[in-house]
Amino acid sequence: MKDFRYLEDVATLVLDEEKCIGCGLCTEVCPHAVFEMNQNRAKIVDFNACMECGACVSNCPADAISVSPGVG
Amino acid sequence: MEMKQTRGKQENPNRSGVSTANVQIMPAMDMSGSAYGTEENRPLAAYEKPGYELCGYVDRFLETEAGPVPSVRRVLDKADRLSTIAVRCGIRRHNYLVSPGLYGIGKPDTGSEVLVTANYKLTFDHLRSALGNVSAWILVLDTRGVNVWCAAGKKTFSTRELVNRIRAVSLETVVTHRRVIVPQLGATGVSARQVREQSGFRVVYGPVRACDIPAFLNNGRKADKQMRQVTFPLFDRFVLTPVEIHSALKPMGITVLVLLILSGIGPSFFSFQEAWDRGGTALLALAAGFLSGAVLTPVLLPFLPSRKFAFKGVVTGSLCAAALLPVLVPAVGSFTGAAALYIFSVMVSSHLAMNFTGATPFTSPSGVEKEMKQYIPLQMAGVLVSAGLWIYSAF
Ligand code: SF4
Ligand code: SF4
Repeated sequence: MKDFRYLEDVATLVLDEEKCIGCGLCTEVCPHAVFEMNQNRAKIVDFNACMECGACVSNCPADAISVSPGVG
Repeated sequence: MEMKQTRGKQENPNRSGVSTANVQIMPAMDMSGSAYGTEENRPLAAYEKPGYELCGYVDRFLETEAGPVPSVRRVLDKADRLSTIAVRCGIRRHNYLVSPGLYGIGKPDTGSEVLVTANYKLTFDHLRSALGNVSAWILVLDTRGVNVWCAAGKKTFSTRELVNRIRAVSLETVVTHRRVIVPQLGATGVSARQVREQSGFRVVYGPVRACDIPAFLNNGRKADKQMRQVTFPLFDRFVLTPVEIHSALKPMGITVLVLLILSGIGPSFFSFQEAWDRGGTALLALAAGFLSGAVLTPVLLPFLPSRKFAFKGVVTGSLCAAALLPVLVPAVGSFTGAAALYIFSVMVSSHLAMNFTGATPFTSPSGVEKEMKQYIPLQMAGVLVSAGLWIYSAF
């Protein structure tokens, strides 16, 4: 979402590109277009748009993504 | 039944009088016969059950392998619209739900899509009125009357509920394909892989907005980027404000009491007259902060400076309180007192604006935490200073 941005550098999103199997599901479920596919691997393209909803985490079949709001 | 039907059609010569021949007690009893159940005005009589009432949005029943499935209307009627307004205003917030289970819309068959949704009636109404001429099955999950996104966050819209509901309605006998369309905003609570493992049904994530479903289906169940992204338009921000107001009412009530007590403190230790007079002015400042934080800030959100909601609230609060100064200064009669109320308004606005982070679809909990750590101490300090000045100004 371009008109609504929240604080920068606070999200706890972590993507382990090594584990990614390239299914593309994270790009489908993320409501803020945080991921894009790049040569059959997911890539974080808009880190600061992440609202830590966890949709990508619960759907990634390779457990390659994590968010941990409330920690740290 | 037969007797009623003939009676309904019968011409009645004694419409306005009391007739012993027809045993008519009141003329109104025979008005056009519409009070009696006939095949025409009660076509669903066969589906009635004692103790149950047919929902207004059901227009017929579809016979399926899994038994009769209610078919719902696409058009919202007056009752739907009125209750939507009531719910939005917070008059009827709870128990506004639809029975979980399977419904149909249009003329669905064994090849039609299955659209999954929540059992909040607003969500359900929104879906059925957004489908254009699509024929489909609608699988309503039990989310305790909460919308898809909030329910997914609370995990009531979940893998388990979806799998159990698929089994409970025997979905595999109703459709021949093995696919359910889950709204994208439900993805937080659902694991597509687990649903497939446990039910045999593949989860396809539909668009964020129900109005995009017809296009999504026409497009071979593919959503484009814009259909996948959440927005937060003016209308959405505006309809959330009654919720904000509602949830702030209780703390506001306590604040009103405290304000009245503080305002009574003065040279004569405590004066009810002062509590009333000065308290009234203080309440005005409270109201300004309240409106500014809970209504104005959400509505003006994208136009206010800073990304921090608490700061946005400071901006709107300052403007509102400034607008009120011409009233405040003469009413209070001292610069110190007016300053106290000004600060108070701004702090209330800032706090309520910060609360609004909980209602937006783009604020990360980590960000909210950071903001709160920074602004709550500031807001508390502001309120203390303001209370000090307010009491001081009475002497
Ligand atoms: S947590 Fe939500 S917003 Fe963040 S990347 Fe995952 S799906 Fe997108
Ligand atoms: S969901 Fe997981 S495996 Fe699939 S593309 Fe995204 S990161 Fe890779």
